[in-house]
Amino acid sequence: MPNTISRRQLLSLVGKAAGGAAMYQAMSSLGFAAQSTYTGPLQLQGAPKNTTILILGAGIAGLVAAYELRQAGYQVKVLEYNKRAGGRAWTLRGGDEYAELGGARQRCEFDQGHYLNPGPWRIPYNHHAVLDYAKRLGVPLEPFIQINYNAYLHARRAYGGKPQRYRQVQADYHGYVAELLGKAVNKNQLDAPLTREDQEKLLESLKSWGALDKDYRYQSGPLSSDRRGYDINHGGGLMPAAAPSEPLELKELLQSGLWQKLAAGSAQEFQSSIFQPVGGMDQIVQALYRQVRDLVQLNAKVSKIEQGAAGVTVTYSDTDGDGSPRQIKGDWLLCTIPLSILSQIEIDAGQPLLDAIRAVPYENSVKIGLQFKRRFWEQDEHIYGGISYTDQAISTIGYPSTGFGHPGKGVLLGAYIWGPNAYEFGALPPQQRVQLALQQGAQLHPQYPAEFENGIAVSWNRVPFINGCFGAWTDELRAQHYNNLCQIDGRIALAGEHASYIPAWQEGAVLSSLDAISRLHARITSKV
Amino acid sequence: MKKSKSQTAWRLTLAAFLCLAGSTALQALAASDASNVPLSDGWRFAEQDGESLYRASCQGCHMANGEGAAGAGRFPPLADNPRLASAAYPVYNVLHGLHGMPSFGKYMSDEQVAAVVNYTRTHLGNRYLDAVTTEDVKKLR
Repeated sequence: MPNTISRRQLLSLVGKAAGGAAMYQAMSSLGFAAQSTYTGPLQLQGAPKNTTILILGAGIAGLVAAYELRQAGYQVKVLEYNKRAGGRAWTLRGGDEYAELGGARQRCEFDQGHYLNPGPWRIPYNHHAVLDYAKRLGVPLEPFIQINYNAYLHARRAYGGKPQRYRQVQADYHGYVAELLGKAVNKNQLDAPLTREDQEKLLESLKSWGALDKDYRYQSGPLSSDRRGYDINHGGGLMPAAAPSEPLELKELLQSGLWQKLAAGSAQEFQSSIFQPVGGMDQIVQALYRQVRDLVQLNAKVSKIEQGAAGVTVTYSDTDGDGSPRQIKGDWLLCTIPLSILSQIEIDAGQPLLDAIRAVPYENSVKIGLQFKRRFWEQDEHIYGGISYTDQAISTIGYPSTGFGHPGKGVLLGAYIWGPNAYEFGALPPQQRVQLALQQGAQLHPQYPAEFENGIAVSWNRVPFINGCFGAWTDELRAQHYNNLCQIDGRIALAGEHASYIPAWQEGAVLSSLDAISRLHARITSKV
Repeated sequence: MKKSKSQTAWRLTLAAFLCLAGSTALQALAASDASNVPLSDGWRFAEQDGESLYRASCQGCHMANGEGAAGAGRFPPLADNPRLASAAYPVYNVLHGLHGMPSFGKYMSDEQVAAVVNYTRTHLGNRYLDAVTTEDVKKLR
């Protein structure tokens, strides 16, 4: 067998072995990772006098548009269905009431200072547009902890259902993969053009990456325990001497499937640094809202969107008033209503746009917040922020990235549910969703039943202003409809995460909005 | 704002358990109420019969008796719905979604799609007796 290996084959081999994480690292270092398209604040100038732009929806896309278009000199009016601005950038705090479709009402019982972000909960470092608005509007940010080496990986059928520390699973997985690859190199079992010198570098890197000993073995000792932790930690004075820990067995580790979650933090948007606004995700949209508050009409349910040579007319009703239809007129329209709702609203538009609006399915997701009497994950288990993963329906336990060491209560994200389970949870009464989250979470944290106080569950398919979580584009749907969805149709343009390549993220909504209003502005000024 | 009766009842029950019996009772309560809820494992619906699939996949939006719901938009009722007369219509929508409805094709086999469509077309006040076959589903996938 040839003793050389191609770069592509090496990447593929490493990728398969390390569940994608190493593959991604290698690809990133080769410069394949995507760059953001945000180039800084918009500079729209020369809006024709007395030109009115209507904006439908006061989520982050609509608020950004209102803020920028007014600065450009347009007359702006915003209609919003909810009694609050912000859309999915939403934070639930103690005292908040939430009524879902089907009629179930919940009251958030969290203590002051605690919250649940039912929608977005983190801002990656490369979501430059959202971060820039936070900076320009003076919204303080703090670190969001994504990867916590001391959090758990859990699978019901692995290790007798006992959760394992992320640190140990990762150290052992990397260690064994490095050892196996090292053996293959040393036995000349690689089948591609790597020179002898390349192979030596590879061996050296495997030793460093996997914590291998001088004989390229991964085994119990200070090298591996510096990564996976010691059975007895280093102390001072006459405390007992440190004792290294024993790695997990390779075969059981492979069969456990726990390695599947090692790559979860490797995608670019989950790499450090990640941020959250201090006090809840709604702080950015609330800061935007304060800038444009006088332009926004809340409690306005849109029923019809018409356009003609002279302008646009929107029919809506005031859900807080008598519900009778009203009309508002403008010259141009930016519509940020989610497609799940817009597809049910009568709208004058060309067939390609109509087809695009109705074609995009929405996915569901469920988040559950749980308040406990004390921060036992910190006090008992030394888990400060970050995420534990389980193969149960709840999938995620998110620990608060703030308030570390606080002696009082704490609120966990007790579930972040996707796929079939999200629909199953959505069909249950909210209190039963909370019960299930308690039951499943107790498999990782036996303190749950004794410490639980109250919880709140949001299933996005029952959220009255959207009927779903986000636009679930497929490659086929994008090829057929995406450009049509984003084209200006007469006097109407669409924006929102559904009109972006960053679905379900605020950055997608903001970039989509900035792009749409830039094109609208160009269209308007070229006609004058 | 007023709470629903069920929520008030739940809180009272919970409070009673916490006061009288401490945390063990809560665990028992949680376990007994939650453990009989069928849940799928992974990215395919585990339920196989029409009624269970309706509960798992349709009920969250179209509600327990197919009555639908209304907010900024609406979830159309499936009860007494004449649009279910043509079997292809619900089959296509379950597979691919429409107007923001999720596409369940990736989560269900042809057999499951047929089962949930047949259940819906013969229950909730609907009486469409021309059953959908897995072959019908396959053609629209």
